[in-house]
Amino acid sequence: MSVDVLTPTLTDNWDQPEAWKIANYVAQGGYQAARKAVGMDPDAIITLVKDSGLRGRGGAGFPTGVKWSFIPQTNPKPKYLVINCDESEPGTCKDMPMLMATPHTLVEGVIISSYAVRAHHAFIYVRGEVLHVIRRLQQAVADAYQAGYLGKGIFGTEYDLDIVVHAGAGAYICGEETALLDSLEGRRGQPRLRPPFPAVAGLYASPTVVNNAESIASVPAIVARGADWYKLMGTEKSAGSTIYSVSGHVKRPGQYEAPLGTTYRTLLDLAGGIRDGHQLKFFTPGGSSTPILTPDQLDVHLDYEGVAAAGSILGTKALQTFDETVSVVRTTLRWTEFYKHESCGKCTPCREGSWWLVQTLHNLEQGKGHEGDIEKILDLCDNVTMKSFCTLADGFVANITSSIKYFRDEFEAGYHTPAWELFPYEKSVYFPYERERIAVSEGADQ
Amino acid sequence: MSGHEFVAAFDDASGIDVHDDRTNIGEDTIAELRQIMARYPEPRSALLPMLHLVQSVDGRVTDAGVQICADLLGISTAQVNGVATFYTMYKRRPAGHHHIGVCTTTVCAVMGGDILLDQMKERLGIDEGETTEDGMFSLERLECNAACDFAPVMMVNWEFMDSMTPEKAAALIDNLEAGREVRSTRGAHITSWAEAERVLAGFPDGLADEGPTAGPASLAGLNIAREKGWVSPVPPTSAALDGGASE
Repeated sequence: MSVDVLTPTLTDNWDQPEAWKIANYVAQGGYQAARKAVGMDPDAIITLVKDSGLRGRGGAGFPTGVKWSFIPQTNPKPKYLVINCDESEPGTCKDMPMLMATPHTLVEGVIISSYAVRAHHAFIYVRGEVLHVIRRLQQAVADAYQAGYLGKGIFGTEYDLDIVVHAGAGAYICGEETALLDSLEGRRGQPRLRPPFPAVAGLYASPTVVNNAESIASVPAIVARGADWYKLMGTEKSAGSTIYSVSGHVKRPGQYEAPLGTTYRTLLDLAGGIRDGHQLKFFTPGGSSTPILTPDQLDVHLDYEGVAAAGSILGTKALQTFDETVSVVRTTLRWTEFYKHESCGKCTPCREGSWWLVQTLHNLEQGKGHEGDIEKILDLCDNVTMKSFCTLADGFVANITSSIKYFRDEFEAGYHTPAWELFPYEKSVYFPYERERIAVSEGADQ
Repeated sequence: MSGHEFVAAFDDASGIDVHDDRTNIGEDTIAELRQIMARYPEPRSALLPMLHLVQSVDGRVTDAGVQICADLLGISTAQVNGVATFYTMYKRRPAGHHHIGVCTTTVCAVMGGDILLDQMKERLGIDEGETTEDGMFSLERLECNAACDFAPVMMVNWEFMDSMTPEKAAALIDNLEAGREVRSTRGAHITSWAEAERVLAGFPDGLADEGPTAGPASLAGLNIAREKGWVSPVPPTSAALDGGASE
């Protein structure tokens, strides 16, 4: 059977009034999947999620059900489920609207997933800088307790589950799962050396599953509608529906939920194309930690395999889009400044490398670079990548090296000409006056 | 003086009066700090929300607050300070009544965030990381705040102010300054930074039901799907939840 271009599943109730309220969620069939799940054999749920082909939506794409099966059930320690809602990867903006619109979808997913891995304690770790998202989650969890969906003997079974909503305090690195666990233990958020992996020794050195919010929010529908249904969407190896986030110089930036494997050309069309009078210059397929792609790669299938074949990474499916007015030296510097700011400082190659790369890129932006700076940057990148506990440094290296690969002449121009002379920055400015008119005429909620 | 100017490696390490031991933390706050600890299997997990609560009461992470957290958790003040200085949301100097953030990571920067930050510096008369003399506003250059489809984005007390323009930014400050009610584009009416910090510590303020389900950009795809009649595929009947999926 043919599947529609867009497949609203996770996003289906986002246009409903007060979708965040428990009564409205229940009225639409919410919590029936959880009710069903707690009557099932936990291993059968793990098998179901494995069969669905669901893969992690936080960037790495690891099969979710397989991750769950790594939890050693013979280990007598408590098992924990931790939800990663520390959404901070530049360009990534899917989990925050989801949690604001439909926090119960996540809470229901947490119930099912906790039951499957036999955890009695789950933590929802949300970045701190999103007050209203945290309010909605706190209320959703409180209301789920009130309804008997959380706490002792949920849904009238013997199964107990507690959920804590935990606000972070501003640190991109806490999106890295082991840094997140250290942060959740009340420490500086710094990645741990692996092994041991969290499945063996995670939170409080106990077996722990860490999953992205979108991954876990996908679980209730899989339990309700089946693995075969989920596989109707997407490709053989990248199954299901996912949220693509389109931002930048497009006419209609926003969230687009579509089957995995959708092309960027399709998404760009849906987003109204590049703003009038301009052309696409480059884009990131999955946030700033994924190598940039160019208009030649418009037809790349945005699934785990398709993007990898094009030399990049699906990542968080954050399609940051830039038109021809944009200086690549400027964007590369700004992203590298982000990583320098967010490097936790634990591993020397990342901490020092990001600092030196910013200095060198800064000179190029100013037009004060020196012959050989590009080689120096590439050499630095070579000394930084794959040499730290986590992949933060690999992320900025991917961004820098791909930018130089496609736009080397712009970096060379930095030996003598400031970036803003070649690409006047005011030409890239795109204040949302037009989008505003569209939103008003469509009558936004408030 | 020796003539050498000491430049701290970390911006936040300078300008803090280490002899200032004032605090508003009393028995009620200590009871709440204990409540936070009770949420976790291991009490130290409470440290981040505890520091949010300290800020909400003291207007910053005070030395007294650090000492109290250390005493309650049975860890050293160095361990608490290590955490308090790692995360950007913890302020060692008093934050403003309203904390203004301007995102200048790449998408926002390119689309106008850099202009908005300059505008805010000029309008408020302070640099990033500073607070106005009257204590009304503090200003921060933000790293990506997960709202790129609403770029350029500003935050007030960690509430989204989406799809900003220079005109809207000017009106925002005017309204906050005049004490008029300001609403987040995807959130509640603006309270204060200190009240926001209390929510982050896990004490709800009852405002979850304010604001829309989703902002316009969040609905960009869904609106098209509705128009075209595009839907998630119908489940094969055999696999559907027993009688449940269609209810």
